[in-house]
Amino acid sequence: MTTTALPAPGQAPKLHTKKLPTVAFFGVAVVALGLGAALSYGTGIGGWVLALVLGLVLYLVGVFIAVNAVEGRRSARNRTWSALIHSAFVLAVLPLISVVWTLVSKGADRLDGDFFGSSMNNIGARDPNGGAYHAIIGTLEQVGIAALITIPLGVLGAIYIVEYGRGRFTFLIRFFVDVMTGIPSIVAGLFVLAFWVLIVSPWFNDGAPAFSGFAAALALSVLMLPTIVRSTEEMLRLVPAPLREGSYALGVPKWKTILKIVIPTALPGIVTGIMLSIARAAGETAPVLLVAGGSAAINFNPFDAQQGSLSLFVFQQAGDASRFAPARAWTAALTLVALVLILTIAAKLLARRNRIPR
Amino acid sequence: MADRHSRSADVSTGGPGVTSSHARPAGATASTGVLDGQPGGNAPVPPDFRTNGGGLGGGGALPRRKGFGAESMFRGLTLAAGTMVLVIIVAITVFLIAKAVPALRADDANFLTETDWFANESPPRFGIAALAYGTVISAVIALAVAVPIALGIALYLSHYAHQRIATALGFMIDLLAAVPSVVFGLWGLIVFVEPVRDFSVWLNKYFSWIPLFGGDGPFGRSLMLGGLVLAIMVLPIITSLSREVFMQTPTANEEAALALGSTKWEMIRTAVLPYGRPGVIASVMLGLGRALGETIALAMTLGFINEISPNIIKNGGNTIAANIANGFGEAGELGRGALIASGLVLFTITLIVNMIARAIIYRRREFTESAA
Amino acid sequence: MKLQRHGTIACLALTAALALSACGSDNEAPSTPGASGGASSAAADCATGTLNAFGSSAQKNAVDEWRKAYQQLCTGTTINYEPNGSGAGIQSFISKTADFAGSDSALKEEEQPQADARCGSGPAIHLPMVIGPVAVAYNLPGVDGLQLKPDTLAKIFNGSIKKWDDPAIKADNASATLPSTNIQTVHRSDESGTTDNFTKYLSTVSPANWTFGNAKAWKAPGGTGSKGSDGVATSVKGAEGTIGYMEWSYAENGGLSKAKIANGAGEFTELTAEAAGKTIAGAEVTGTGDDLKMKIDYATKAPGAYPIVLVTYEIVCSKGTPADKLALVKGFLNFAASAEGQGSLTELGYAPLPTEVQTKVQASIKNLA
Repeated sequence: MTTTALPAPGQAPKLHTKKLPTVAFFGVAVVALGLGAALSYGTGIGGWVLALVLGLVLYLVGVFIAVNAVEGRRSARNRTWSALIHSAFVLAVLPLISVVWTLVSKGADRLDGDFFGSSMNNIGARDPNGGAYHAIIGTLEQVGIAALITIPLGVLGAIYIVEYGRGRFTFLIRFFVDVMTGIPSIVAGLFVLAFWVLIVSPWFNDGAPAFSGFAAALALSVLMLPTIVRSTEEMLRLVPAPLREGSYALGVPKWKTILKIVIPTALPGIVTGIMLSIARAAGETAPVLLVAGGSAAINFNPFDAQQGSLSLFVFQQAGDASRFAPARAWTAALTLVALVLILTIAAKLLARRNRIPR
Repeated sequence: MADRHSRSADVSTGGPGVTSSHARPAGATASTGVLDGQPGGNAPVPPDFRTNGGGLGGGGALPRRKGFGAESMFRGLTLAAGTMVLVIIVAITVFLIAKAVPALRADDANFLTETDWFANESPPRFGIAALAYGTVISAVIALAVAVPIALGIALYLSHYAHQRIATALGFMIDLLAAVPSVVFGLWGLIVFVEPVRDFSVWLNKYFSWIPLFGGDGPFGRSLMLGGLVLAIMVLPIITSLSREVFMQTPTANEEAALALGSTKWEMIRTAVLPYGRPGVIASVMLGLGRALGETIALAMTLGFINEISPNIIKNGGNTIAANIANGFGEAGELGRGALIASGLVLFTITLIVNMIARAIIYRRREFTESAA
Repeated sequence: MKLQRHGTIACLALTAALALSACGSDNEAPSTPGASGGASSAAADCATGTLNAFGSSAQKNAVDEWRKAYQQLCTGTTINYEPNGSGAGIQSFISKTADFAGSDSALKEEEQPQADARCGSGPAIHLPMVIGPVAVAYNLPGVDGLQLKPDTLAKIFNGSIKKWDDPAIKADNASATLPSTNIQTVHRSDESGTTDNFTKYLSTVSPANWTFGNAKAWKAPGGTGSKGSDGVATSVKGAEGTIGYMEWSYAENGGLSKAKIANGAGEFTELTAEAAGKTIAGAEVTGTGDDLKMKIDYATKAPGAYPIVLVTYEIVCSKGTPADKLALVKGFLNFAASAEGQGSLTELGYAPLPTEVQTKVQASIKNLA
C-alpha cells in the first residue's frame, strides 16, 4: 500500500486502512526508554531524569517513524501531536503534586493546637513552639474589611455597567475594570503606602504615619474590586430579560426591579465571584508586607498598630534564622492553602449547583 | 456544552473572560431604553416619551413620581461605584508620581540606563535597567515554558479528554491558580531549587559554550528558577482562557474539516487554532502581565544581583517587583521614593500589556458575536 | 434560592472564628520557668503600656529574647519589635511611628537633625546594645580552621585572588592542603548593616586592596548575592569553594566552618563571644554626652581580639519621649543592658557588652527624660 491515505481517483475506496496495533506503541515506548537510559548512563552525562526525558523524545520520534511507515504521514503527525498534548498535561500536573505533597508532609509537623492557639509573641530563636494565631486573625480581619468595602462597591459598579451604563463612558469603565484585574499586587501596596500610610493616616495618628491592618485591607480592596465587578457583571448579564420586563410590566420601578428581581436571581453567581476574589486576596503577601507592618503579637484592632497576616507569616518564617522557623512556615503555608482552596472549591461547587439556565 | 456555563463563573480567578459573548445581548435587551435619553438631571421624563422610547412597561401604570427620587439616587450610587474604578486608576498614577518625582530628581544617575540600585547612598545612584532586564527575562522564560504546555493542556481539555475527565482536570488546573504565590515561593526556595540546581550544573557542564548556560556558579537561585516558578503560576491563566476560545470554535468548522477527511490534528490545525489565535494571544498577554508583576515568589527564589548578563542559570537576577519587596525594609525616605518610582514603571508596563490584551479580547468578542 | 446554605456556612465560619478568638494566647506566661534568660530574678523596673519599635533584623533574636523575658516579668506590657530593617526603623522613628529604633549603623548626617527634631527637646542618642560578631564562613571540605590576613580577605572579596591555592592564602595557612578550585564569594544582595560593617572593616584594615569604601549595599563587582544572612549561609552551605560573611548565629545554625581572622597584632583569632568583646572594649565612644555612638578599632592590637564585629544600637530620644512611654522605654532598655539581659545573648550568637560599656549605657538610660 502506498503511504497516502486518500486513494487515487481511479481505485475503489478502501474502507479500512492499515492500523498500527496498540502493542506496537508499548514496544516503541520500551525501546525508547531503554535507548534513553543507555544514552544517559552509557555516556555518563546524566541520571534517570535525563533517561526519562530522552526516552520521551525518542518515543515521540519512534511513534512518528512507526506510524509513518504503517499508517502514513498524516496519521503519524496526528499521533505525535496527540502524544505531545498528553505529555504536556502530565508535565503540568507534576508540580501540582509536588507542591501538595511537600505541603502536607512538611506542614504536618506543626499542625497542633499550639500553632493555632498562640502567637509569635515572646518566642525567641530557641523556642520550638509559637504559632500563627495572630496571623490568622490578621488575615481574617483584613480580608473581611476588604470584602466589606468591595462587595457593595463592586456590585453597584456592575449594576451601573449592566443596567444603566451607556456609550463611551461605560465602555471606558468596563475596559479599565478588565485592565485593573492585571495590576500587580505590589503596585497596589505601593499605592496604599503612598496614599494612605504616608499621606492620610498621619491625620488620625498625631502626625505619624501608621501601618495598620486597615491599610492592608485597602490594598486588598484595590485587588478585589475589579474581580468582583467583573464576575457580578457576568452574572447580571445572565439574568433573562423577560424577568426584568415582567417586573416593569407590573409597574415596579427600575431600581426596585434590580434589587428585588435581578440581584436575587443572580445572587449565587455573585456570591461565587465574591468568594473567589476573597480567596485570591487572602493569599496576597506583597501589599501586606508594605503597609500592614507585621506584628508578632495578637492585635485585634485593625485600625491601630501593625498587624500580621498568614501569607506574611510564611514569608517571614521562611527567612528566619531559627531552626524551628521552616516548620512554622510550612504549616502556615498549609493552613493558607487549605483556607484558599476551601473557599475556591466551595465557590465553584456553588457555581455549579446554581447555574442560571440560559 | 454544559461545562461552559460553570466556566463563566470561574472567569474571575485570573480575570480572563470571553464567555459573555452570548450573554451580552441578553443584558443589553433588558436595559434597552427604559431610561434611555433621560437628561440625567432632576427633570421628570414625560410619560409618553418613556413609553415610546422603551416600548416596555405599562405606561401610566408606573408609579413614577414616588419612585423617581429613589430611582435617580440609586442610579447615582451605581454611577459613583462604577466611576470608582477610574478614580482608583487615576489615583494610583497620581500618588505614585507624586512620591516618585522627588526621588527621581535626587537621582545622580540616569534612571533608565543605570544598572545599580544604591538609592540610600549619598548621593543616591539608582536605575532600573538591570531590574527591568531581569523582569523581562524571567517573564520570557516563564512564557517560553508555559505557553506550549498551557496550549497543550487547553487542547487536551477541549478536544481530547472525555467531557467528565476534562471537567475534573480543568478544575484541578484552576486550583493551581488559587495557590497563593507565597506558597509557590516557599516551595521554589526549599524544594524546587534542588532539581533546578542539578539541572543547571548539568547544563553548565555540557553546554557552557552557550552564553545562557556559562559561568562558574554557584547555580540554583537563578533567573531560570524564578522563571520556572513563574511558569507554573501563569500556566492556569493561559490554559483557562485558551481552553475557552478553543471550545468556542464553531462546531460547523470542526465538522467541515473532519468531513473533508482531516485527521484530528489537521482539524485542530485548520479549524481550531486559527479561530482561537486572537484569544491565545490575549491569554499570553495576560500571562505576561501576571509574570511581570509577580512579587513574592520571585522575592523568595532569586539570587539578587543587579546586572545585565545573558546567563540564566547563575545565582542572581532581580526584578522590579522583587526589588521593591526586598529593598523596602532598608530604604530611607529617598529609597522609598526610588522604589515607588520603579513601581510606577512596573505599573505602566503592566497597564500597557493588559490594555493590549483586553483590546484583543474585545475585538475578538465582536468577531465571535457576528460569527455565532 | 439556596440562601439557607449560605447562612449555615456563615454561621459555621463565625463559630469557628469565635472559638479561635477565645483560645488565642500571646504566650505571656513563662512556658518553662528558668529557661527564658532567668525570669526568676525579678530585677526589672516594670512599667505598663505598649512600645512599638522597628529596626534591624540583625538584633531581632536579641530583642526577641529581652521582650520575652521582660513581658513575662512585667504583666501588662506589650513591646512590639518588627525586624523590617534598619532603614525602616529609622524612618519610623523619625516619623514617630516607632518609640525607638534598632539600627546596625549610626544615624547618617542628614538623618541626625531629622531625628533630633522628632524628639523636640533633646537630641536622639545611640545606645549600643548588641554586639554581633561577623563570621567569615567558607565551604572547603578537608580544610579546617582556615586562617586569613586582612589583605588576603580583601583580595578574595575584591576578586583579585581567584583560586583557593593562591600563594597568599597558602602563606596564611602553611599546614593546610588547599585545592586549586575557584573561589566563589557570596555577599548580601539586600542593603544591610552587616555589609556596612564588613566593608568598613575591609576599607580600614586593607585600604590598598579595598577601594570600594563602605556602604550598606555591596559595591564590589563579581561574586554572588543572596538575600539576608540566611540566604548567604544557604549559598555557602550549598556549594563547595564558597566564602561569605554573615552574622555569627547564622554560621552556627548552618554548621559552617568559620575562618580565623588576623587582628591588628597579626594574631589569628577564632570567633568567640569573648574575642569579639575584646574588640568592643577597645572601641572609642565618639558621641557626646549620653550619646554612645561608637567607633570600632578594626585594627585592634588587643591580644585575642576578633576584629570584625558589628555594633547595633537602639536609637532613642534623650529627652522628649512622651511621658506615658518613658517609664517603659527606660525599664525595657535597662533590662536589656542589665547583666541578665546581656547574659542571655551568648547562646544566640551575640557577644555581651563589656562591663565598662554596659555601665555607660546604663548611665545614659538613667538620664532619659
